[in-house]
Amino acid sequence: MTAAAPGGKATSAPLMGRDSEPTLFELSAPGRTAANFRATGVPEWPAEELVPAAHLREDPTPVAEVSERDLVAHMTRLSHRQFSVDLGAYPLGSCTMKYNPKLCDDAVARTGLADVHPASPAALTQGWMALLADLERALCRITGMAAATLQPPAGAAGELTGLLLMRAFHGAAGQDGQRRRVLIPDSAHGTNPASVTLGGYEVTQVPSDDRGCVDLDALAARLDDDVAGIMLTNPNTLGLFEEDIVAIAGAVHDVGGLLYYDGANLNAILGVTRPGDMGFDIVHMNLHKTFAVPHGGGGPGAGPVAVTERLTPFLPGPRPVKSAQGTYEWMQPERSIGRVHSWHGNALALARAWSYILANGGDGLRRVSDAAVLNANWLRHQLRGTYDIPFDRPCMHEFVASATNLKRDRGLRAVDVAKRLLEEGFHAPTTYFPLVVEEALMIEPTETESPQTLAALADALLRIAAGTGDDAHAAPRTSPVGRVDEARAARQLIPTWDARPT
Amino acid sequence: MLAAMGLSSVDELFDAVPAALRLAGGLDIEPGLAEADVGGRFDAYAAANRPVGRDLVCFAGAGAYDHDIPSVVNRLAYRSEFVTAYTPYQPEVAQGVLQALFEYQTLVCRLFGTDVANASLYDGASALVEAANLAVAATGRSEVWVSRGVHPQWRQVLATMAVGTGHRLVDVALDDGLTAWPEEGVPGAVVVQNPNYLGCLEDVGAAGELARRLGALLIVAADPVSAALLVSPGSLGADVVVGEGQPFGASLSLGGPYLGLFACRREHVRRLPGRLVGETLDTEGRRAYVTTLRTREQDIRREKASSNVCTNQTLMAVAFLVHLGWLGTSGLRELAVRCARGTRYCREALLAVDGVQALAGAATLREFAVRTPVPADVVVERMADEGFLAGVSLGEEYGDGLLVAVTEKRTRVEIDAYVGAFEKVVR
Repeated sequence: MTAAAPGGKATSAPLMGRDSEPTLFELSAPGRTAANFRATGVPEWPAEELVPAAHLREDPTPVAEVSERDLVAHMTRLSHRQFSVDLGAYPLGSCTMKYNPKLCDDAVARTGLADVHPASPAALTQGWMALLADLERALCRITGMAAATLQPPAGAAGELTGLLLMRAFHGAAGQDGQRRRVLIPDSAHGTNPASVTLGGYEVTQVPSDDRGCVDLDALAARLDDDVAGIMLTNPNTLGLFEEDIVAIAGAVHDVGGLLYYDGANLNAILGVTRPGDMGFDIVHMNLHKTFAVPHGGGGPGAGPVAVTERLTPFLPGPRPVKSAQGTYEWMQPERSIGRVHSWHGNALALARAWSYILANGGDGLRRVSDAAVLNANWLRHQLRGTYDIPFDRPCMHEFVASATNLKRDRGLRAVDVAKRLLEEGFHAPTTYFPLVVEEALMIEPTETESPQTLAALADALLRIAAGTGDDAHAAPRTSPVGRVDEARAARQLIPTWDARPT
Repeated sequence: MLAAMGLSSVDELFDAVPAALRLAGGLDIEPGLAEADVGGRFDAYAAANRPVGRDLVCFAGAGAYDHDIPSVVNRLAYRSEFVTAYTPYQPEVAQGVLQALFEYQTLVCRLFGTDVANASLYDGASALVEAANLAVAATGRSEVWVSRGVHPQWRQVLATMAVGTGHRLVDVALDDGLTAWPEEGVPGAVVVQNPNYLGCLEDVGAAGELARRLGALLIVAADPVSAALLVSPGSLGADVVVGEGQPFGASLSLGGPYLGLFACRREHVRRLPGRLVGETLDTEGRRAYVTTLRTREQDIRREKASSNVCTNQTLMAVAFLVHLGWLGTSGLRELAVRCARGTRYCREALLAVDGVQALAGAATLREFAVRTPVPADVVVERMADEGFLAGVSLGEEYGDGLLVAVTEKRTRVEIDAYVGAFEKVVR
């Protein structure tokens, strides 16, 4: 790895004070506006002549009355109250908060992409369709699959799409009524069981063994011909590779079930191994994790779903497909489950991911996983002995530590470690997940943090562990607000400015 | 780093991956490109499209509208602090996104006349699916009446998802552009879009009365620009209001990322899908924001969650906020009025063309449908050669026709030229 300046610690971020930022509504002053409109020459009929009286809203909808200058100051100040990857390291386990290369921002900021209407006939969108088809092919090569839909706009949407594909597949075999259960490990993401319910299936939980992997005996006991499939994350949410994946795949396939790959942790295995080679039938990818689409404060993401040959006829449509004449056409797969998005998915997010893949290339993607796994293991190595590491063996791109010992010895819980880490200039790890580990701290440094940043992060975590709960309960003390009263928010719900008690 | 772990190569860290599963020879993807070369590749993709603005004057809508996006949207919403953060799991260092979402939720509620709005869903279709799920759960009835005036692609997504949830979808036909509701039945939800897909203004109040009488919830699919001029769906009895937020802050972008608007009455808040931001206090009594009522959500409730949504479209919600903030109270109404003026002017001129007829008689606002002397697909194809994206072809379900939208961007000169070209291509 090339040496890089320590970039991950954000305690130097300048702040002017710790006052609250007024809402846009408080900044409002009667008569102010930033808006202006082009001269059109269209006749200026009043609203009363455009809208039938029975439909016309009498008073304008109150928005806010602010100048552009005030709006800019407001949003800029809000942005200064927000931690982000660009500000510093963000080791939020399971979310793959890697640095998002700026070239991807500019690659998609082209009028030839951004200003294309989604209902344009195919003849007018050949560039977009070529881009999507190229991305689909690359994603299939990365996962070892035959074809993909790019429509699902997020991971959870991909999961539900995958489960509906499962249903369609079993339905085509006349087994839709018979296969009612989907197996899920107890370490799974919450989206998995929630998606299973929406897919019309029942969840059967599979316990983990003492090595943190799927318990093969427990799995066998739960497999029968009423099983539609299993959803697995590999590496799993403990950051461990399911070493028995081939045996698991065989057992599930033996009872006629399908294997669904939750791609949340794909960042660990790019160019190393492929879900298709492991025996998976359906794979979703989180392009906002693995392929550096920025997370946007919560989204948008993209959750394409790739499948094996036998599931291809069921994919959502329409799909961009190259015709014999060399032009692209929208094609509906013959037994398609139908649309899963209003249009063609989060197209600009898809394009960003493709620019990232092009910039890295096949060789670069392999280096991504190498560095992600190296970074996670090095950090694990630094923390062992101080933090409990329940499954202390080489991990993949992330690992789960536990504050159980710190809670017992020093009154320091996982939440305290997290809040203290904010004071140290880092975002916190994911806490209290996966559920199979008590006081869990799920740490994913990603491949984009330098060794110096990792060392600073390790130092901070070790320093925190040497402190006490009494000290940590007041943390964070350096952020725009102190610890937030979540119970009050739920008890006295204030979901809008207008709902505040007067 | 390796030495510190007593290892000699990175490969040793992958020992858990069985040898038989190792990818020999690496990924079959070309070697990495320099930044400038990626740009060149994207130039080629972009050049092979025909975007609006550069190549075509846009008269297409159908839920994706060609509005001006003020500079502040890109300069503010796409600041890297908003762009490169994630879900505000640590509220103390996420007050920026949280407060922006709180303000966004407030604006959505004011537009739609509702009590509560969530922090966004994927798009209009996903918001509709979640609304149907909420209504079925709230009423315990699985039948959902859906007007054919609801966007056909949203209905397609609803049908895809109904295979999993078991909802029984009943299509309700249009009569001269407006929904002709059955009088009796036991629906759990009644779904109407206003203005509907053909641009016509529906009687939302009547749909609300029907829903109330039959014990169903009323779901209204609303356009946020039209909402600025129309009596709010909440005041007409809507229990849930959904919409496509694209008109505020999102470029056309082949259909995504857009923004699913979701709002409802307060009594349904515990069935709300996705994130909800609430105001609270910090330990020192300062105003603070946090995601709340989290026990509805998938990471806690798992298979009993109200929805599976996790990642949403927060950044698009921030863009929506900035765009609306820039417009302000008077600008929002002015924008909506300008769209309606252009639509009326265009509609009257187009209906004067020989052989062009209104598809429906009902009043329209920002979009309208016409029957054309040659098939709509052909009109769109020929008009592209004249430099126009003529509209959206309606397809078989509506007996062929062309859906035409006019935004505040269209000048009289452009509309006149459009009508002139139209006259030529339908001859």
